[in-house]
Amino acid sequence: MTTSALEKKPASRASGAAFILKKATISALVALVLFSLMIGVRTEAGPQGGLIYWTRFGDLAAIVAAVFGGSIVIELLRQWWGPADKVRVVPPAVQNALSLAGRLIAPALLIFTFLVPVIFYDQRYILDLAILVLTYVMLGWGLNVVVGLAGLLDLGYVAFYAVGAYSYALLATNFGLSFWVCLPLAGILAAFWGVLLGFPVLRLRGDYLAIVTLAFGEIIRLVIINWQSLTGGPNGISGIPRPTLFGIPLSPGEDGLAARLGIEFSPTHRIVFLFYLILAMALLTNWVTIRLRRLPIGRAWEALREDEVACRALGINTTTTKLTAFATGAMFGGFAGAFFATRQGFISPESFTFQESALVLAIVVLGGMGSQLGVALAALAMIGGFELFRGLDQYRMLVFGMAMVLLMIWRPRGLIGHRAPTVYLERNQAISSDLVKEGHG
Amino acid sequence: MDYFAQQLINGLVLGSIYGLIAIGYTMVYGIVGMINFAHGDIFMIGGFIALISFLVLVSLGLTAIPLVLFIVLLVSMAITALYGWTVERIAYRPLRHSFRLAPMLSAIGMSFVLTNFSQVAQGARVKPVPPIITGGYTLHEGESGFVVQLSNIQIIVVLATVVLLALFTWLVSRTRLGRDMRACEQDQTMAALLGVDVDRTISMTFVIGAALAAVAGMMYLLYYGLVDFFMGFVAGIKAFTAAVLGGIGSLPGAMLGGLAIGLIETFWSAYFSVEYKDVAAFSILIVVLIFLPTGLLGRPEVEKV
Repeated sequence: MTTSALEKKPASRASGAAFILKKATISALVALVLFSLMIGVRTEAGPQGGLIYWTRFGDLAAIVAAVFGGSIVIELLRQWWGPADKVRVVPPAVQNALSLAGRLIAPALLIFTFLVPVIFYDQRYILDLAILVLTYVMLGWGLNVVVGLAGLLDLGYVAFYAVGAYSYALLATNFGLSFWVCLPLAGILAAFWGVLLGFPVLRLRGDYLAIVTLAFGEIIRLVIINWQSLTGGPNGISGIPRPTLFGIPLSPGEDGLAARLGIEFSPTHRIVFLFYLILAMALLTNWVTIRLRRLPIGRAWEALREDEVACRALGINTTTTKLTAFATGAMFGGFAGAFFATRQGFISPESFTFQESALVLAIVVLGGMGSQLGVALAALAMIGGFELFRGLDQYRMLVFGMAMVLLMIWRPRGLIGHRAPTVYLERNQAISSDLVKEGHG
Repeated sequence: MDYFAQQLINGLVLGSIYGLIAIGYTMVYGIVGMINFAHGDIFMIGGFIALISFLVLVSLGLTAIPLVLFIVLLVSMAITALYGWTVERIAYRPLRHSFRLAPMLSAIGMSFVLTNFSQVAQGARVKPVPPIITGGYTLHEGESGFVVQLSNIQIIVVLATVVLLALFTWLVSRTRLGRDMRACEQDQTMAALLGVDVDRTISMTFVIGAALAAVAGMMYLLYYGLVDFFMGFVAGIKAFTAAVLGGIGSLPGAMLGGLAIGLIETFWSAYFSVEYKDVAAFSILIVVLIFLPTGLLGRPEVEKV
């Protein structure tokens, strides 16, 4: 028994090594063929208009070698990690610590966020980044209503962001309406478009829905580009008014906030104001979502996500359920869009491409579809990660795409949170045999 | 009338290219039940590989254009097919039994990877090629001087499409692989029980779809004389529209849908506005899905509880 086990072990390891080498060689060969032309030869339009090319066999060899090495490492890791469905025992002490950390992280994060402008008052870069992260947190929470709660895959969320941004920009530049009047209007308009999109896609599900929402997002973008008389086309709209603190501008002038409070004017005031503005809007989104989840409509969304047929059988009106999900998600997108317009002071169709939709969707998926905290952390990780890769600008989307694929393979249910229904039966209940005809429950 | 005839020819050619891409969508959807979002980018890769191999072959001293084009076609089909295989192996196979949104999201990620890979590898600028196949026939000369032309490249595109479609129909209906594919389409578990290698069949589906997309990419290159890294996205959505319009899962449907989309887009550009041609194509997608969710030749989908 023991001897056979001892004999077996080296044998299996040897065949393992051969197996790993074989796999790595195949991967390297595949990579060689795949990249032979795409990387080995570089083409470019020459000075006379014709095409010229030059070879890059060094790069090709490096990449093939990297694939070979990477494949060995992955295979070793896989063997070390064991089968995917193995149950790993976590000691109770670690479990307790983790659950404590899980409960503390949300309040801690919130307090830290409130203090960000105080701590980083002098660092304009960090404040700008924080505002960007919060914008994506808000977008993520908005999309979370549609994707995470109602389970409707929306690939055109950026359309509502664009509707909100353009609503505010057009209303403010053409009619001189203030930010606080336009904000609800932008939300209402976006919600209106959400319903408009919702109607045709009521009967669709899953993949079809995704493609139609994608097409819708592209239509909105193309119309914005081509309707030059209204939207300025590819040039966008500039000179969008800055927000005011309920009518008091944050400007260096006589009637500015700084002058009224009797303090020295600083351009940072406006950044801090914008920070708290988006923080308030994001928290409003979060609060509304949490409240809605406890209302019948929120329950209906989650039921719809879990099983549409059962949902209908239970008498839930799927039409209104879907439409309200689209409208609510779109409204928050519209709010975020109006904020985006007032922060940038300039908007153009370039800001509303499919990549933005995919980014927000990736945030929701990474956050675990339905988990509010997860989405916030995912937005932080994603936008922060994008900032880290800023130097490698052209590789950014490449890394983003790879991360999305790997994430789906590794943790399809999201990295941070998980989506569990808010209410569910604790355990199967046995029914007394008196109650059923056949005599067993 | 002459103008109409010319647009009809242009639309049919464009539609053939869309149809070739649409076949890849429709096959994969029929068998795996997922939208291969990266398929448009596979088409783009096919165009790039055709361009690069053409350039290399010409500079190596091959001057017989038909021979060069034939080799380019084979190389492009082979390498692009390997791309299709790799994409399936890396991004879709591990997710075969995951929850329903996972393959879709993974496919979107893969589409980003392919788009940005070719941008990084080959640069962001549009790659133009001089016209390789020139000449054509004048079909009709109107009184106003408008000439209806049928160029050689248009003939080649349509011919290639017809030949491939015939070959492909034969493959699906007459060969062992085609039978396996149809079996997997109906019921994967049952097919596996009856000795069909499901994984291999699905891989082959991706390989064939990618090879057809490579042909479409090469035809696009020859017809329009340019490729760029972003062309897969819009072409992909339009081809998907074509697949849906024709009834997803149906091969003649994909071709029919492709032709319809090509004609609509061309006529829209010719008679209404060029700017809104993509809007027209996307709107058709939405309208079709609302009023005709099963497409022209599709079967209604019955949901099992």
